[in-house]
Amino acid sequence: MSFINLIRIALKALQRNKLRAFLTMLGIIIGVGSVIAMVAIGQGSKQSIHDQLSNMGTNMITVQPASNLNGGVKIAGSSFQTLTAKDITALKANAQYITEISPAVSSKGQAINGALNWPTTMSGVSPEYLDIRKLTLKDGIPFTNNDVLTSAKVCLIGQTVIDNLFPNGENPIGKVIRFGNIPFQVIGILNPKGFNAFGQDQDDILIAPYTTVQNRILATIYYSNIYASAANEQVTDNAVTEMTNILRDSHRLTASEDNDFTVRTQQELIATLSSTSGLLTVLLTVVAGISLVIGGIGIMNIMYVSVTERTKEIGLRMSIGARGRDILMQFLMEAVLISITGGIIGVVLGFISTQIVTLTLGWPTIISESSVVLSFVVCAVTGIFFGYYPAQKASRLDPIEALRYE
Amino acid sequence: MSKKILEIKELKREFLVGSETVRALKGINFEVDAGEFVTIMGSSGSGKTTLLNILGCLDKPTIGDYFLDGVDVKKLSRDELAQLRNHKIGFVFQAYNLLPRTTALENVELPLLYNKEISAAERRDRAIHALESVKLADRFDHTPSQLSGGQQQRVAIARALVNQPVMILADEATGNLDSRTSYEIMALMQELNTVQGKTIVFVTHEPDIASFSSRTIQLRDGRIQKDTRNENKKNAKEVLDNLPVTDDY
Repeated sequence: MSFINLIRIALKALQRNKLRAFLTMLGIIIGVGSVIAMVAIGQGSKQSIHDQLSNMGTNMITVQPASNLNGGVKIAGSSFQTLTAKDITALKANAQYITEISPAVSSKGQAINGALNWPTTMSGVSPEYLDIRKLTLKDGIPFTNNDVLTSAKVCLIGQTVIDNLFPNGENPIGKVIRFGNIPFQVIGILNPKGFNAFGQDQDDILIAPYTTVQNRILATIYYSNIYASAANEQVTDNAVTEMTNILRDSHRLTASEDNDFTVRTQQELIATLSSTSGLLTVLLTVVAGISLVIGGIGIMNIMYVSVTERTKEIGLRMSIGARGRDILMQFLMEAVLISITGGIIGVVLGFISTQIVTLTLGWPTIISESSVVLSFVVCAVTGIFFGYYPAQKASRLDPIEALRYE
Repeated sequence: MSKKILEIKELKREFLVGSETVRALKGINFEVDAGEFVTIMGSSGSGKTTLLNILGCLDKPTIGDYFLDGVDVKKLSRDELAQLRNHKIGFVFQAYNLLPRTTALENVELPLLYNKEISAAERRDRAIHALESVKLADRFDHTPSQLSGGQQQRVAIARALVNQPVMILADEATGNLDSRTSYEIMALMQELNTVQGKTIVFVTHEPDIASFSSRTIQLRDGRIQKDTRNENKKNAKEVLDNLPVTDDY
């Protein structure tokens, strides 16, 4: 029997019982539909986390003072002062994989405009910081290296601070606000970035030259962080190694001493968060996979019933020349057609429900081709696997007994 | 001398039921030539069904030989038997055995679907031709439930003819039909036999039906009791024409 005839026979047999075929498909339809939708939601959230982090600059490298032993007592890294101007000079002179570098200090305090005030954070950085963090100005101009040299009392202002200090919509540019008791002239407005992946408001900030913050507010020579950007994402690891070596030299650490600083990249963060949402995707997929197996069992169940019910038909087919193999292939083909048709409908349903989720709940979704291909393959395999035993039962019937079956 | 279609020599068939051996056929010898119309008669338990299964290549003899159109059936595997049935035998059953919810044309095409050498176009042509030869040219698209018993049996006969078999094997083919329709079927059988020269082996238990054939083999207790030529074969068409038009309403 040729393959085309085989498909023709199986199709006709299914057509004779359309409703049953559809009901049998339902398990597969729901299974595939949920696999597609679940994976799409999982992938979507993974991508959106990745995008948010990329927004912060994926090639960004952060150096923090590390905790270290001080007379046997571990001291929190942030309170430990190791990063200085010498380090910046050394890095600028020797590092090859980093393109930009900025020291950072920060101070918490009240920002005041006339009668209004707002608790916020002032970051003291160099002009390169805007590039490193991928910050842009909505209005105004950034401060310059000259402002850094003169510890100029100028600042860039974030949207949240504007909302609280200039609630009536005045243009803050050129206005003088106070941070603590130091007056600052606002020279630029930062484009809003919204909340980051950890729920921090990235717009609740003032940015000023680091010298200004160090000299006029904190009175310190140390930095709380150093930010740098690697030439590109690929050399980030090299840049980390390089910076670590330069900083160890600069801090005169001997081979046996631990680093008194830590160098972090966004990559690690991305990897951690991705693996979390990756786990979510796996869980959702497993649940959906289970429903596919249940769908497959549904097919097996119906095919068994079908074989019993159609015993006489099988006897007839055998008596007019169908071999056991032909009967086996017919029932197998019926099972596969059911599962593949169910798969196609399921894919369509998955697409539709994914769209509904995106439109109604606003969740980001990505339909990955691999999930479509995979669930399709799984469908075909399910059909063959669960269709085989009923088909084999049919093919082994004795034509004489099958013909006399009532 | 005409060609032998069936040759059966010392054929025995035994079944093992539990620990007992049941001897259904106890040594049967007969031959059927091409173009013969043979009825096989016998009461239940005579071995009629067992013989039919063997003739139809659904079963194999325990001992003895069965040649169908020169092929030694005993040597064939299960698959080869299926192919032999497909190429050389046309079955007609008592219960018609048409596929439900399937048109007459598709039912008739069915045996050809299991024959690789026949193209879709030829399959259709042959099915149409077969249905025309049983005078159902206007019923191609009817499903079994839309046809009368006699019409269903004629579709089944068309299905038996479509693979151009060397022998039509009918099993109580008129058993479910009233006498008028039975005569119609027998008239069709006789026409196929005389006009188209088909060899027909017809299993029945009605002597009335047997009288339309050219030869009757009577089975009893697994042996041939009588093998007689029908010198005064009745013409089913004439009988049909002479049947009074009943109007019981």
